[in-house]
Amino acid sequence: MKSLLRSAPPTALFGMVVLAAVAITAVFAPLLAPYGETEVVGSAYQQWTSAHPLGTDNLGRDMLSRMIFGARNTVGLALLTTVLAFVAGATLGMVAALKGGWVDQVLARAVDVLMAVPPLILALMLLAIVGASIPNMIAVISVIYLAPVFRLARAAAMNVVGLDFVEAARLRGEGLGWLVGREILPNIWSTLVAEFGVRFCFVFLFIAALSFLGIGIQPPTADWGSMVKENATLITFGDVTPLIPAAAIALLTIAVNLIVDWMLHRASGLET
Amino acid sequence: MSKIQRLVLGRLALGLLTLFAVSLLMFAGLEFLPGDLAQQILGQSATPDTVAAFRAELGLDQPPHIRYLDWLGGVARGDLGNSLASGRPVTDLIGPRLANTLFLAGYAAAIAVPLAVGLGLMAALWRNTAFDRGANLGALSAISMPEFFVAYLLILFLSIKAGLFPTLARIDMASGPVDALHATFLPALTLILVVVAHMMRMTRAAIINVLASPYIEMARLKGVSRRRVILVHALPNALAPIVNVVALNLAYLIVGVVVVEVVFSYPGLGQLLVDAVSSRDLPIVQAVGLVFAAVYITLNVLADIASMIANPRLRHGS
Repeated sequence: MKSLLRSAPPTALFGMVVLAAVAITAVFAPLLAPYGETEVVGSAYQQWTSAHPLGTDNLGRDMLSRMIFGARNTVGLALLTTVLAFVAGATLGMVAALKGGWVDQVLARAVDVLMAVPPLILALMLLAIVGASIPNMIAVISVIYLAPVFRLARAAAMNVVGLDFVEAARLRGEGLGWLVGREILPNIWSTLVAEFGVRFCFVFLFIAALSFLGIGIQPPTADWGSMVKENATLITFGDVTPLIPAAAIALLTIAVNLIVDWMLHRASGLET
Repeated sequence: MSKIQRLVLGRLALGLLTLFAVSLLMFAGLEFLPGDLAQQILGQSATPDTVAAFRAELGLDQPPHIRYLDWLGGVARGDLGNSLASGRPVTDLIGPRLANTLFLAGYAAAIAVPLAVGLGLMAALWRNTAFDRGANLGALSAISMPEFFVAYLLILFLSIKAGLFPTLARIDMASGPVDALHATFLPALTLILVVVAHMMRMTRAAIINVLASPYIEMARLKGVSRRRVILVHALPNALAPIVNVVALNLAYLIVGVVVVEVVFSYPGLGQLLVDAVSSRDLPIVQAVGLVFAAVYITLNVLADIASMIANPRLRHGS
């Protein structure tokens, strides 16, 4: 582990430091935040002072506290959504590869349709139907992003299903659950893990964009995307405060991308 | 019919089929919705009579397959229904806004495409130099930034601090083509910054891919200069993947337009869609969503066809 960290380039180390900082902030949010998440502590749009290091927002809530709780909400929801998309997409992909035939055809064609429409447009259309709320948003985004995971898992599993040990397990009479969990999954695990980082970035930016549009995470929940929207008017007065949550989104995404870049580089075997 | 014609026709048919499936998906979504759509939109306080009238207006009292065929027939005749909020025909609302959105996207594309291909060529030419690494890091950062962050940064520096451009892009207030280009420069620049990064990385990858082929090594060995190898030997063969990259990124641009239009309150389709989703004005959502999906699918089909035509093996094959 130590030698692994020492071999990491400075860009990847920077990414890990940022990721760790965000994770700690998210876990210990209630201890770190000076005020409550939705607590109104004064008048709206106050300047940066020692009592309110980042001022107050459009409703007079402490900006710093909302940034800290936002780390928990925005990152937590993105993580949950990505995990759901991966569990569903990978399971379906492996089942499609194992079953073949019409199961494979139906699933693959359904995924083709999902991927033929731009994700943001599809999400907006589906959320208009089911209504904007946090559970609906998580469900819609998980469904949209299970499509690329399905394709990857199916393609990776296809290389494994023909191998002898899978055949042996089948002849032993093992059920579908065993084949998926014990035979296929361990062999495509590393492919899926590398993809997870990439997909997390997409989902994270996607939720931020939806929340910014007012259709994702709903008020009064603190969230980096909607915080930009709520305080956007301040920018026209030359105040940079609304840009802080946007910068936090960008910083976290860059950090994860830098780590993923390094992992892919290591996995490609160009560097030992 | 030659092989290439068959392939192109097949791809076109697949595109149409996809669009058809997308329209079905919208309807299936409505069917699986728990509870009653009319009740949900009107709220719990609506009287049963109002709900019934509203259901009839939406056509919800008809069986689903009849409704779908009705709607599809309307689309074919150019009738997309009426807005629930204003009662105006959806086509009237979409027309001018579609023109605005295409103007903005075209404006951005006209600058972004040559810029991205040029930068990608340079990065491939000076591979593994400081320029390449810098361009790569810049592109990675640009890809990681949410569109609204880029947009607000531009507003803060170029509009508020420097006072060069308006913060709101109102094309209808502009008095001529020059004025319109000036008023919409910031949204266009936002889109350019977001798209160029993607396109540059993919162009670079496409050229480097070609550079790895044996005939390039042959050219090198017989003493052709590095510049000539890239421009005369590699570029013609990398053209197909590059055209593909450009079309895919134009499709991406169509989506990026939604967030950018909201930031600059630009009267385009994206803003119309977001407003309609917030107020759950379903006929508008359906129509605008379908327009976006149609443009996106068309560009993807064009990308595939372009790379088919550019492939000599398919073009001259029996």
